[in-house]
Formats: sequence, structure tokens, C-alpha cells
Amino acid sequence: MSIELRTSPHQHSGRDVPVIMRNVVYSLLPICAFSIWQYGLSAAALILVVTLACLAAERINNMIRDNGNSLSDWSAVITGVLLALTLPPSFPLWMGAVAGFAAVWLGKSLFGGLGQNPFNPALIGRAFVQAAFPTAISTWVPAYMPHRFSEFIPSSLTAPFMVPPEIALWVKQQGMDAFTGATPLARWKFENITASSMDFLTGNITASAGETSAILILLCGLYLAYRKFLDWRIPVAVLGSAMLLAWAFHLAQPARYPTPTFVLLSGGLMLGAWFMATDMATSPVTPRGIWLYGALIGILTVVIRYFGGLTEGVMYAILIANATGSLLDQFNQPRILGGKKGKS
Amino acid sequence: MSTPSSFDEFLDGLWKQNPIFVMVLGMCPTLAVTVSAVNAISMGLATTFVLGTSCLLVSLLRHAIPKQVRIASYIVIIATFVTVVDYAIQAISLDLYQALGAYIKLIVANCILLGRAEAHAAKNPPLPATTNAIGMGLGFTLGLFLIGCVREILGAGKLFGVALFGDHFQPWVVMVLPPGGFFVLGFWLITIAAFRHINKKRNAQLQGAQP
Repeated sequence: MSIELRTSPHQHSGRDVPVIMRNVVYSLLPICAFSIWQYGLSAAALILVVTLACLAAERINNMIRDNGNSLSDWSAVITGVLLALTLPPSFPLWMGAVAGFAAVWLGKSLFGGLGQNPFNPALIGRAFVQAAFPTAISTWVPAYMPHRFSEFIPSSLTAPFMVPPEIALWVKQQGMDAFTGATPLARWKFENITASSMDFLTGNITASAGETSAILILLCGLYLAYRKFLDWRIPVAVLGSAMLLAWAFHLAQPARYPTPTFVLLSGGLMLGAWFMATDMATSPVTPRGIWLYGALIGILTVVIRYFGGLTEGVMYAILIANATGSLLDQFNQPRILGGKKGKS
Repeated sequence: MSTPSSFDEFLDGLWKQNPIFVMVLGMCPTLAVTVSAVNAISMGLATTFVLGTSCLLVSLLRHAIPKQVRIASYIVIIATFVTVVDYAIQAISLDLYQALGAYIKLIVANCILLGRAEAHAAKNPPLPATTNAIGMGLGFTLGLFLIGCVREILGAGKLFGVALFGDHFQPWVVMVLPPGGFFVLGFWLITIAAFRHINKKRNAQLQGAQP
């Protein structure tokens, strides 16, 4: 008789990285579908191109480093889809491809691949194109254009390395009389007009491809949380802290600061809280660390939106919190069973 | 460069011990003035001039300078030539002078200069000291030029001020900002490191094949 000696864990749920990643991709599909329904061909092409660029970057990296094939872990697909959802639907496709390469190479490969990256790769990609092409990334088109399934938004098909054409004229030709071209957050910041909650729910706003319907993102996120593919504490901490802070400001000066509902529903807060902040490689793992990390994101988002020069702060809030992740873990190690109090 | 050894000294600075890509020295001007190829080359040549002349003088005076005050003496020598360059550039082109800004005066603080004076010129006769210094200076220029090219092409669509892609080129704003400097420097460091790695592997294989 032979006795096998092994260290724990003895039971494995069978959930490895590809399974988790694949499920996250499935949960993003409804958001993609809604985005395509709103923005038509351009959104579909953008999601496709950015994802293919991420896959190509990952594959080229594999070939250079000669370390096998890491496409099958699905992480490059998630990066690509998430990145595409944070970009404006009229974003030129070639810039989308640049963003995809920047996301995988600067955000992930440089640090040694999946699991080694301190920052969310999709947000690194977005931050890169935000710095490189500030005009294109803040150009928005209205949703539900009449011919959206038969023709592209003209700026989508810009030739590589060329300036995208003005789309204001095109919007006019499509039969729109007035169009502000600003997101609800920008309109609040510069004109003090808040959009109604109903518009956020139906997606009748100008925004990035995947952040228009807060309710849909919430449902997809809840599904993931229910299946335990993400830590429910992170979105709760992010949204909770953002809401509390926004509520405090609103109580103090209701004329100046918007309602907490507006803060929660507008911009990329929902998408960021459920899908970006919860990235397993870049968030802390200790219980207290997770709460602090989430709260930091929520607070920074509101602070950047209210007092910063930018209209949207979710991206930088998450990147800054990512940077503090391992430090938070270090300071919040739970007491080991039998260990002394006050000592970690 | 009559003897092979001094040519080696020259090549050392240009490639094998390139100040930017191998020693990673002088990062301040490397990141700050490489927005265009012209700026990069002028900065590099100014530094080369100061390097060559100051190393020649340091080498000539190497027995006269007391050990205790050598650093201060080197700085005085370097600062003298930096002042010369400063006025010369101002006289040649005011635009360039304004583009390079404080970085001409800051050549004094460039660690490549003090490093060369202390590590090489103070221990060697004038000819090898000057050759080595000029090699280093040209290596520095080469490094600045490579970074400046990429940043100017992507950041403005131009090279040496000539538009490459027509009127509708979309400039990558990030490339003319400080992060662009870091990105391009990192890109070249990785490329050159990979190149060396492949070379080393190939040499090892060649030597292994013929024992």
C-alpha cells in the first residue's frame, strides 16, 4: 500500500484562469450587444478591431519571448472588449488598434504577463490614447442614429495616422437639429444641466460605447458576483463610497452638486466598479485592503469629477488605486490564527 | 585614430558603452530635449564639444591638479567650455537656444562629463582621453538622435522639420510630452537589449559548434 503525501489544497473547484476569464467575457456580451444596437456598425467594428489588436499584441509577444501560447487564457480578449467599451463609438479604428497594442504591451507584457501586471491593462490602453489623441477620445456622437446599421460613422474609417474628419456636419445631415456633443458629465460640469435618470436607463445619452446603460452593467455584474467570479465587496465599496461622498456634497450645496443618483449612473463609474476595479490581478486580496481599495476609487472618482480639470475621473481613480493595491495588502494582513494582537 | 587601440576607445563610447543605452547616464537632457531630431543632434554635438575639450584639458593637467580638489577643478574646466557653447549657440541660432533652454547650461551637471573626466581623462594621456571623450559624445548624440527621430515622427509627423505624411497627419500628443520621452527611451532600451541578447546567443552557438 502506498500513502501519498500532499500539501493542501486537496480539493479543487475546477475553476482555472481560462474558465473565469471566459465567463467574464460572456457577461460582457450583453453590454456589447446593447452598444451595437445603439451605435450600429461603428461600435461593432470598434469592439472587433480592438480585440483583434489585443490578441495580435499578445501573440507577437509570445513569439518574441518564445514562451508558448497565452491566447487561450482569454485575458487578451477581456482586455480588448473592456477597452473597446470605454472608447467613444466614433473613435477611429486605427486609434483603437493603437490602444489595443498599448494596453497589452505597456499594461501587461512589460510586467511579465497575466498576473504580474500592477495596473489594469485596458485602462492603461485607454490612458495612452487619452494622452496621445485627446481630441478624438472626447468626440461623441448621439445614440440611435437612423442609418446606424448600414453606414459607418465617418470618423471610424479614418485612414491610419490621419486626422479623423469633423463629425458635426455629418450629424446635422443625419437629420439632427441640435446636438451638444458633450457627455452628461461635461454638461453638468460646464453648463450645470443634469440628465434625467430615465435617459441613463434607456441609454439615450452620449457616452463611451459600453457605459450607456447602467442597469445592464449592474445586471451583468450581479451575475458575475452571484457566480463568485468577482469579489462583491469591491463594487459595493466603490459605489457606496462614491454615493456617500456625493450625497454629502449634495446636502451641503444642492444647487452646485448633483444628486448621488446622477453620480452613480453617469460616466464610466458602473462599468469601472464592476468590471475594471475587480480585475483579480490588480486588486488587493486582504479583506480590509479590499474595502479601503474600493473606497479609494469611489472617493477619488468624485473628487476628480468635482474639482479636477477632467470631466470623468474613473479611469485615473482606478489606476491610482491599482498602484496602492499591494501596499494596502501589506498594511492589512489579517491576524494569523493564534497570533498576537497588534502583530501581523 | 592611428593606432587600433585608440579606435577601440572611440568605438567603446559610440556603441559598446553607449552613455544612453548601456550606461543610462545623462537622462535629464535625454528626456527633455529629444522632442525633435534637430534639437537632439544640437544638444548631442554641444555635449560632444564640451566633453572633448574638457577631457583634453583635464588630461593635460592631470599631474598638476591636486587629488583633494580634483572634482572642483573638473567642474571649473567643464563650466568654462559650457559657457563657450552657451554663447556660441546663442550667436548661431536664437531659436535653437530657446528650444534647448536651460539644458545647455545644465551640461555642467551632466554626469557623463564628470564621469569621463574622473574615470578616464584623469588617468590617460591626452590623445586616448580625447578620442574616448569624443566617442562617448558621439554615442550620446546617436542616442539622442534615435529618440528624437521617433518622437518627432510620431509627435509631429515630421523629420528635421519636413512633413512626412502630408497635411492630415494625426500627431500623437503624448510623444512630445514627458511620458513620450520615457516610452521611447524604454522602447530603444528594450530593442537594443534584445539585439545584444540575440547576438550573444548566436556567438555562444558559434563557439559551441566549433570546439
